[in-house]
Amino acid sequence: MQAFLDSLIRNAGHDPATWPWTQFVYLAAMGAVSFAVINFAAITAGIFSWAERRVAARMQSRVGPNRVGPGGFLQWVADAVKLLLKEDLVPDEADQFLFRIAPYFMMVGFACVFVCLPFSHRLIVADMNVGIFYILAVTALIVVGIIMSGWSSNSKWSLFGAIRSAAQIISYEIPAGMALMIPVMLAGTLSTQGIIRAQGGWPWQWYVFNNPAALVAFLIYFISALAEGNRTPFDLPEAESELVSGYNTEYSGMRFSYFFLVEWGNMWIMSALASTMFFGGWQIPGLSPEHFDALTGGVAVLAEVASLAIFAFKTLIFVFIVMWLRWTLPRIRVDQMMNMCWKYLVPASFAGVLFVGVWMLIVHAAPWIGLVMRLGLTAAGALGVTLFALRTLKNIRDTGDKFDFTSNW
Amino acid sequence: MKPLEIPTMDMTSKEVMRRIEISGDMLLNMGPQHPSTHGVINFLVQTDGEVMKRAIPEVGYLHRSLEKIGERCTYNGYMPYTDRVDYITAMCANQGWAMAVERLLGITVPKRAEYCRTIACELNRISSHLVSAGTMAMDIGAVTPFPYALREREYINDLLEELCGARLTYNYLRIGGVAFDLPSNFEEKLGTFLDHFEKILVEFNRLITYNEIFIKRLAHLAPIPAAMAIDYCLVGPNLRASGVQFDVRKDLPYSVYPEFQFDAPVGKGEVGTVGDSWDRFWCRCEEMRQSCRILRQCLAQIPKEGGTMAKVPRKIKLPEGTEAYSRIESARGDMQYYVIAGAGENAYRVKIRTGSFTAMGIIDVLSRGLMIADLVALIASLDVVAPEIDR
Repeated sequence: MQAFLDSLIRNAGHDPATWPWTQFVYLAAMGAVSFAVINFAAITAGIFSWAERRVAARMQSRVGPNRVGPGGFLQWVADAVKLLLKEDLVPDEADQFLFRIAPYFMMVGFACVFVCLPFSHRLIVADMNVGIFYILAVTALIVVGIIMSGWSSNSKWSLFGAIRSAAQIISYEIPAGMALMIPVMLAGTLSTQGIIRAQGGWPWQWYVFNNPAALVAFLIYFISALAEGNRTPFDLPEAESELVSGYNTEYSGMRFSYFFLVEWGNMWIMSALASTMFFGGWQIPGLSPEHFDALTGGVAVLAEVASLAIFAFKTLIFVFIVMWLRWTLPRIRVDQMMNMCWKYLVPASFAGVLFVGVWMLIVHAAPWIGLVMRLGLTAAGALGVTLFALRTLKNIRDTGDKFDFTSNW
Repeated sequence: MKPLEIPTMDMTSKEVMRRIEISGDMLLNMGPQHPSTHGVINFLVQTDGEVMKRAIPEVGYLHRSLEKIGERCTYNGYMPYTDRVDYITAMCANQGWAMAVERLLGITVPKRAEYCRTIACELNRISSHLVSAGTMAMDIGAVTPFPYALREREYINDLLEELCGARLTYNYLRIGGVAFDLPSNFEEKLGTFLDHFEKILVEFNRLITYNEIFIKRLAHLAPIPAAMAIDYCLVGPNLRASGVQFDVRKDLPYSVYPEFQFDAPVGKGEVGTVGDSWDRFWCRCEEMRQSCRILRQCLAQIPKEGGTMAKVPRKIKLPEGTEAYSRIESARGDMQYYVIAGAGENAYRVKIRTGSFTAMGIIDVLSRGLMIADLVALIASLDVVAPEIDR
């Protein structure tokens, strides 16, 4: 980013090192990028709110929001406007300052993650060399916001939600972090772009099929990400049937919308991280990153757009899976959630890290083992997906929405 | 972890709070506007973090003096009110009242009317169990089974609407028969629905009943041993889930039930202990299948001829002090009506005994040491319906 700005300044005939306005250009660029990123986050979250309702409706044989705009697409705009115009109530008994400030903590923790998330081959705000570390660090801010909101609401239900959430997010950060260390070990870098570059475009080049431990690590990461994002089956902090609405019970208006913005925006974050770390990110099959760098002119633009599309496609598939899980599974109980984390996921992720260390030595000594394992795991993965699809088709055939009750009923 | 001695019902809530505060626990008012108390019920929950020490049900928020109303209006005039005793299975509540007054009068109901009643009640039982199963799944956190269940319930509502013009509070039964005969091609439609619904039941079981997380949540949760269930006067699916084979339709047969082949499913502890919450859920799912069996037999056996009303005097006046008592198996179990005739055209005393009220009594005992999430599952598994508790 800085190099790009410097080259612009140079083109304008100034030396960036001595020109007095350089810092202002940097500042303006920062503002513009932040504006763009926060808007991207907010708009994706909004669109997901619409998409989730439509997906849920389809799964539950309902219609869902379909009045505002084509297919109800503008529903999220209408909702956002409504929430902005609503009165922002602060309960009398609440801790006024903490109550008001809590949603911003969540927003900051959420928006900061986008700094390090790649979108395509060149499109990334800052390709930090501590990228993954940074992402894990800033997401911890969300839990601060949740505890603040639960505590300051001065409602017992909110407090319950907040404490549950704190326990859950802090516990699941450990397996999530350890699982993410496996791609980091394989790639030898913490930078998100570096990890994508170390993979390839074809499925057998992805880290998820690199070795058995990586596959398990992906599953551990996905489960932990669901838990960190408070999604079913881990939506205990806002379990509406138990805690009314959890930590955001007392909120209304815009502050309330922040909580939901973060929840839906988190779906993009967890999915984008999954496709970055395990599924080859924006890599185009058959085009190595070195060739990609060397491309110029119209082809480069085309490839850039293709990489953006590939990354978005992979991410949206995960977003859909997250929605799908939410509308299928029941919620687990608090003690079961903790058991699962500390008894299974944490030991498994540690074992995985050890396994990958040994595995890398083996592959270093005999590269053909790695290739065989990659191809084998890819085949197994394809087989699994095929069997799942067949089973789904069978279920649909056995009992589907076949009976037409609308006609002559 | 010994639960604090807090006898509450005769104590002001301030006193309860004071006592709980002394103990250092938290007092949580779960209800009366809580999403999963299934109506306006309050639970005073004494809790230490997630683990509850005790949950005390506080009933009475939905009391509408239905028994007193029964003493103020005519026997026929009370029929619409019985819908409101239990609006999820209004047909069964209708039938209890109709049977009690018919016993007072000594009327025999025509065969066809009895079949109409049975069809209506069994359809209503299915729809009630659908609501129960759906809301229970929703309380466990799975939202999707709920619309699935309600979708099927809509078809039943459509059928019942054709039958009597109402979708919730039917007022279909009359003293001495039913208000309307089956409409034309009703039997055909019912057959189509049953073909469809039996498949849906399989799908529903696959979706939620045998879901791994669902079983993990409910197996071994708040098991009620058979002796305890009897001690606490549990009835209906709650009792049968504990392994006690008692169904009013089979053991104290009324109406045309002796003519049907059906089973009263009994909890077997398939995934956990006998009488745990999952067994109660499973019992209801299984009962829906049995109701389908009964309905199929109804369709096969219903007499083609015969009126739907017995001869009933226009003004029902009875010798003062005559008593009658009826017991029926509603969706929530043994529902009993006790009537003493008064001097005029109305009863001197009406007493309704319902399943939900006794089910509330056991929650205090079962809830000790459970978690808050389990309390929600427990309430749902007992299938309490707020208006039936208070009447």
